[in-house]
Order: sequence, then structure tokens, then C-alpha cells
Amino acid sequence: MRKLLIKGGRLIDPDTRTDEHLDLLIVDGVVAERAPELTPDDDTRVIEAAGAIVTPGLVDMHVHLREPGREDEETIESGSRAAAHGGVTAVAAMPNTEPAIDTASWVEFVRNRESQIMVYPIAAITKDRAGETLTEMAELAAAGAVAFSDDGSPVVNPSIMRRALEYSTMVGLPIISHCEELGLSGRGVMHEGLASTMAGLRPIPAAAEEIAVARDIILAKMTGANLHIAHVSTEGSVELVRRAKDDGIAVTCETCPHYFTLTDDDVRSYDTHLKVNPPLRSASDLAAIKVGLADGTIDAISSDHAPHSLEEKQVEFDAAPPGMTGLETLLPLTLTQLVQPGTITLERAVELMSTDPASILRIPHGSLAVGAPADVTVFDPDWAWEITEDWFVSKSKNSPFTGRKVRGRVTHTVSRGEVVFEETDLNEGDARDEGEREPDVLSVHV
Amino acid sequence: MRWTGRHLLGLEGTTREELLTILDTAAKFREILDRPVKKVPTLRGVTIANLFFEASTRTRMSFELAEKRLSADTLNFSASTSSVKKGETLRDTAQNIEAMMVDMVVIRHSCPGAPHFLSQHLDASIINAGDGAHEHPTQALLDIFTMRERLGDLDGKRVTIVGDILHSRVAKSDIYGLRALGADVTLCGPSTFMPAEVERLGVTVTADIEEATSDADVVNILRIQRERQEGGFLPSLREYTALFGIDAARVARMKPDVVIMHPGPINRGVELAPDVADSERSVILDQVTNGVAVRMAILYLISRVRAAERAEELELLEVEL
Repeated sequence: MRKLLIKGGRLIDPDTRTDEHLDLLIVDGVVAERAPELTPDDDTRVIEAAGAIVTPGLVDMHVHLREPGREDEETIESGSRAAAHGGVTAVAAMPNTEPAIDTASWVEFVRNRESQIMVYPIAAITKDRAGETLTEMAELAAAGAVAFSDDGSPVVNPSIMRRALEYSTMVGLPIISHCEELGLSGRGVMHEGLASTMAGLRPIPAAAEEIAVARDIILAKMTGANLHIAHVSTEGSVELVRRAKDDGIAVTCETCPHYFTLTDDDVRSYDTHLKVNPPLRSASDLAAIKVGLADGTIDAISSDHAPHSLEEKQVEFDAAPPGMTGLETLLPLTLTQLVQPGTITLERAVELMSTDPASILRIPHGSLAVGAPADVTVFDPDWAWEITEDWFVSKSKNSPFTGRKVRGRVTHTVSRGEVVFEETDLNEGDARDEGEREPDVLSVHV
Repeated sequence: MRWTGRHLLGLEGTTREELLTILDTAAKFREILDRPVKKVPTLRGVTIANLFFEASTRTRMSFELAEKRLSADTLNFSASTSSVKKGETLRDTAQNIEAMMVDMVVIRHSCPGAPHFLSQHLDASIINAGDGAHEHPTQALLDIFTMRERLGDLDGKRVTIVGDILHSRVAKSDIYGLRALGADVTLCGPSTFMPAEVERLGVTVTADIEEATSDADVVNILRIQRERQEGGFLPSLREYTALFGIDAARVARMKPDVVIMHPGPINRGVELAPDVADSERSVILDQVTNGVAVRMAILYLISRVRAAERAEELELLEVEL
């Protein structure tokens, strides 16, 4: 028997409506017991978690692991180590690899690669992600795909999208939509507004996203399919999803830390690490995203982890590929930007990063109920630190958050009962932040 | 004298004092251009590379002439932007040029931010000669220099910019410079040519050409690219000319001493009627002459900053020794 005891932490598990100081005993990869005071046997490994928060392992439902095709930027193995480093114990890998994940054998390839944590393949909606022919969704689902998406590009033809949604209802898996009306986004590289006017960069209007969100919500209503909207970034999109939910349409959505941390004004620096699709939006969009996270309109925070080589990013802004890494900064940014200013509670943060994405993908994660698979994240919520480039373990370093001061840091990650990450650099001198922090002027208190 | 910049990336954020320093310096160089021997030894031993990744005739010639008048050594590099994407990166190109011990780089590029990018990767001083739809600071400086020749202090003067503001780097640099000097700026053109939220730069926006020009002291007319019809921006050049073209009849309804400007090259008969371009009110050729003086001033001021840096380094070195 392999036994692991996480001792002295504050256990937050929305699935069992728990928020109290409980010890957590894991036996053979399964949650075995939860109690205020558990005594370890001689053969039990103990993690001292006094002062720390213990939650179900984080679930990042939107990552790009680049394998097959761009193993120089990331592999499933390196991405899984980055995930473990960020407290993430399950990822859903997008299929826009080279080649695309559009056959059962590729789905099995992704599932069977060596990894530190659980990697769930998302399969393409259309063959080669070309937007023309549906993939064999039933076979892909049987092979282990957890959702379908052509992420990176939209399904342009509304008729194909309609058929994909209809067909997916037979399979019972969600369709994840990258919402972008290409006719409006065109060759744009940043959000349209005062900042794009000043930077002189070609603009992408918010409408390019919102028209596509509206289209897919209407198609979801028509087909009764489960639609999940990827990387929601605008006020209008949040409002469309809110209304759709009020109308009882089966739609869920996610946003990413960069959409509640950075704005289009930051892009005026021409830093290519800030180039992302959808683009960083205005301050009012950012505020609306925060409201949506707090009121339940937005169901999940995903990273849209998009590794790119330095060479590809060290070019003119127009020429750089969109995307930033994010697996490792998901938790500290959520804590720093949302929880500490009081926009959302810690419990809500755990729902957004674990319970709810697990439920959208119907994967066995997001719970610390007795008998559940033991995926656990332990973090120190008060650890104030600065993100540095050499701290990242991802193969790629294209993060705009390098140099940023954050508060909250993962100390242990447990996947299926195994400790897959343990912070060894417990720098006690690295001051716990007791003092005043800068007020978050954009924070929304709901 | 108040100029401490080691680059000229744009006029955004430039203060009135800094602008006046440049303009006053340019006035001195402007005098030199009227002398029989139009050359001074100011930048002897300084090497300047002109990197033009986008076609340009007058800006490139103007910079070259300014550099020669100051006795600098010059290198010229021209390439189409498309070749940058295919082959060597901008960073590699620039680093190769810097390895030749270049002191200053003048760059024209179709990608906004390319000069900022270079300024982060090179030790050389970077002068923006136009980057996409971002800024074209030396053009705005020569526009402003020319306006001041005619009007004196620009505080409270009314300047109207007519045309395709959306794709114009000149308009933006003009706005920053003119606003810093206290001028009122009006933008006039088709609504499809107005960039998002541009009024937040402190300008008035209108599509009514009569309203925009009736009490203007300066009307600066931008070039209309013929291919704009294809992007759906304009139904036809004919309709543009009818609504916004500046012809003698429209000029007759403006102030009698209105100054007509154009950054060139002119599409005669589209945005500007030939008789107006060639009229007494037009200062278009003065702009070209002044461009050389303004660019001499910028090169000189930046070279002084670099010389001061070197002197400081030497001093530090001596202290250490």
C-alpha cells in the first residue's frame, strides 16, 4: 500500500462543499480518509501543509502541447511537467498539431505518451481542421477524445458547424468553439480601440468574436448540442453567454488569465509575448470578464497555453505567431488578480480551475470526495514572489508575465496519488507578504 | 536646449520644450541650406545606416542629403518587407549592420513597432522614418516647421488634416506634435477612414469638409491610396474627390491666407486639384526643403546625446583608473 498524508492544510473542495482544516489520507492513488487529525503510520509519506490550501488538482481544459509536429516548442511530456509545476493535474490538449488529431490512432498517441499528469485529447471537429468534412466522432470518442474542437481557427461554414453540433449529440461530447469571424478579424493583430489607433497595428474588432459567439449559440439552441466557447474575451461575448444560459441553452464557456490581467493598452509596447488570439481587450472588457467569472456566466479558467520558440517571437509584431504560455501561471494569476482583490472567493476559484472544467469534460477530476482519484494541488496563498524566466519548466518561455510580482505559489502537486511536483526552493526569506499591496483599480466586487 | 532622447521613435509624449528645441535647431540648419557651401563637419566620423524596408523616394533622399550635409558616412540598405519574412530576420539584418559599427539607424518599415524592436536589440540610435500606420515623426516635424514659418507660434491655431487618417502614420505624428504646441486639430475624411476612438487623442472629427476647413489656418491633405477601394473603404475615387477633394472652389471658401500642405506624393486630381497644389497658398515644396533641415537637426541632437554618453563613460573610466 502506498500512503500519502497531507497534513494541516485548509481543504477546499467545492464538490463536497468542504472548506475546513482537514488532513487528507491517500491510499493507492485514491482519497481514503479526511479528518481533522490523522496520525501517519511509519510507512506513510507526509506532506506538511500547515498554512497552505489543499484543493482538488487543477484542470486546464485548453492547452497546446505541440506534439506531434513542434516538439522543439513543447512535447506532451514537457508540457505535463509544466502542468505539474503549475498545480495542474489534468489537461485537455487541443488538436491543432501537425498533423491534426483527427483519427483514433492520433488520439491514442496523445493518450499514451509519457506524462506526469493526466492528458486528455481533444479531437478535431473536421478532418485536418479544414472545416469541410466531419471527423469520425464516434470512433474518436471511443478512442478517448473528451471533446471536439478546431481551435486555432473557427469552423467557417455555419452549415458544417450545424452538422458537427448535431452529430456530437449522438456521441455525447461537447463541441469547443474558437469563435472568430475571419471576415472581420482579417489580418488584424490586436484589439480595435484607442490602443490600436495609437500603435498603428491592424485592428480586430470585438464584433469578430461576438458575431461568432452569437452564431454558435443560435446553432446550439437549434441542435440541442453541448457547446463550449473557448477563450471568451469581450464584454459582448459574456453578455451573449449570460443570456443564452438564462434561456436554458446548453452553453458553457471559459476565459484565460491574460483576459483578466492585461489589456490592449499593454500591447502598445509591441512586446510580441502580448500577441494572442483573441487579442487582449479593453479595460471595460476586462471588467466584464471579472463580473462573468464572479456571477457564474463563465464556467472555467483555462490557460490557452501556447508555447512558441523565442526565434518565432523575436520578430516584428505583425510577423509573430499569436499565443503565450500559461500552464504555470494559471494559479498565481487567478489568486493575485481575482481572489486577493475580493472579486471571487477561493472556493469559486477552485470551481473555475478544477470542479467545473472537469464536469464540462466529464472527466474523473475536480473532487476530493472519499473514493475519488487522488489528484491534489497544495499551494501557499501568501507566498509573494516574482515570476522569472528561469522558473518556468515549459520548453518555451513566451510568457508576458515574466517579471511580474504575484502572490500564491504551488508547493505540491499530486497526480493519481503520486507527488509529481514538490517545491524544493522553500525560500523562507522570500518574504511572505504581510504588508500593503497595490490596490487593484480594475477589480470588480460583486 | 532640451533634448535627451537617444532615439526618435515617435512624437507621442514629446513635450513642447523638446519640440521647440528640435525646431530651433532645424532653423539654424535651414540657414546653412541657403549658403553656397551647404555642408558642415558636425557629424564627421559618425556612421549612419539607412534601412528602407519599404519603398520611399523623398524621405530616403531627404535623410541621405541631411546626413551628407552633416558630413556623416552613410550606408544604404533597401529591401522589400516581404523578403524579411522569407529570409533573414530583422534582428539578424540589424545586428549585422551594427557589427559594422554603425552609430545611428534610420528605419522605414511597413510593420508598426519595427523601430521600437530595433531600439531594444541594438545599441545604435534608432530614427523612425515611418513604421506602418504608427508614426512618421520627421514628417510631422517638417510639417510643423513649415507651419511655423508661415504662422509663427501655433498655440490656438487651427489645423485640419483631410483624408485617410486610418492608414496614416503622418496624421498621428502631426496630432501629437501639434497638440503639444497648443494647436487645435480637426480630422476630416470618410467615416471608413477614421481609426477607432481617435477623438480621444484630443482632436475634433468631422466628415463635413466645409465645416472642417472654413476657419482653418492650415489644411494638410493626405494622399489617398488608389487600392483603398478594394478594402471596401471607398466606393470610388470619384466620390472621394467630390466629397473631400480640395479644389479652387473649396479653397475660395477658406480663410484667404490658409496654408495648403501635402506630405506627398500627390495624386493630382484626386485629393488635391493641380491648380491648388501649384498655387501660392501651397507650401508643398517648402516642406520638402525644410525636411532636410529638420532631419539634420534630429541627427545632430541625437549625436550630441551619444557624445555625452561617451564622455560620461570616459569620465567613469578615468575615475576607475
